[in-house]
Amino acid sequence: MDGQKDTLEVSVWRGTSSGGDFERYEVPAEENQTILDVVSWIQHYADATLTYRFACRVGMCGSCAMMVNGRPRWTCRTHVRKVLQGRRVEIAPLRNLPVIKDLAADMDVFFDKWVAAGGAHAPTAGRNDPIPPVDPQDSTRVTASAGIECINCAICYAACDTVTGNADYLGPAALQRAWTLFNDSKHDRRAGILDAVSGSGGCHNCHSMGSCTVFCPNDLDPMSAIAGLKRETSRRFWRKGG
Amino acid sequence: MRPSRAHPLWLAYVLHRVSGLGLALFLPLHFWVLSWALTQPQKLNQFLSFAEQPVVKISEFGLVFLLAVHVFGGLRLMAMEWLPWSAPQKTLAAGAVGVAFLVSGTFFLQVV
Repeated sequence: MDGQKDTLEVSVWRGTSSGGDFERYEVPAEENQTILDVVSWIQHYADATLTYRFACRVGMCGSCAMMVNGRPRWTCRTHVRKVLQGRRVEIAPLRNLPVIKDLAADMDVFFDKWVAAGGAHAPTAGRNDPIPPVDPQDSTRVTASAGIECINCAICYAACDTVTGNADYLGPAALQRAWTLFNDSKHDRRAGILDAVSGSGGCHNCHSMGSCTVFCPNDLDPMSAIAGLKRETSRRFWRKGG
Repeated sequence: MRPSRAHPLWLAYVLHRVSGLGLALFLPLHFWVLSWALTQPQKLNQFLSFAEQPVVKISEFGLVFLLAVHVFGGLRLMAMEWLPWSAPQKTLAAGAVGVAFLVSGTFFLQVV
């Protein structure tokens, strides 16, 4: 930043799934400013009807993800300086999801798939049972722990071209969740997970393009998690004898 | 909206698929021309002399490139999906295979 650029030229998607267009706003440039700050400024000072979603502002809740200059990003942790092209920045709702209005994508499909992949936790013990010990160094536990920091921001889902091409595909987040639970000794429905992820929209649709892993803001690796599911479902297939 | 795809994994995916398509188009033609050895030997001879032209020689290089890209792309994919190794282990293995091919390829070229 040379200090001369006192305003940003921001294109923001306005509309729904059925139609809309980019609208341009002049937003004051600050020394420290995130994309979410820019969106909030527009809503506060330029157009109060702009719809967007956010909650924590610190990269923990996973609600503010949007497409920024064509890339899926968590907007609360994306500095304008990092993504600015000249004075311009383009902000759009997450790809691969229906748009409710403006920058708010409809996350229903995303979470439905999360459940369809067997992502809801089923405990092995009740509250009155003794707590079974978990060894954090155990290799299965290490595999499970690799995916637990997922914040369900749907950035991987928006980045995935397989999701774009196949509406039934469960997507990277749901499959990584399934792999995490499959390796969690405290999950009671581990066998059911392999059934849930080996169907027509399951893990074998993945082409290992790797965009999920490249764009994950928490540096998780859904592509390798899906590879794990591919191995386990195949192993079960061959053991059963077809 | 244009999602950014210019990362190595995505490019490897595209290269693998495109080289596969290229080979799928080439192989039927290849076998058809070879069949002339039995059905129309004269025509095959004509074709072989045509194939001596530098342009054809250069495109042969392209074919070998497609084949190499597809074979190694397939090996990469199988290693990535089927071997539960860590990323550094796979990098070391790929490096070892690359060096082995370089050494054996150099030896092979000197022999031939």
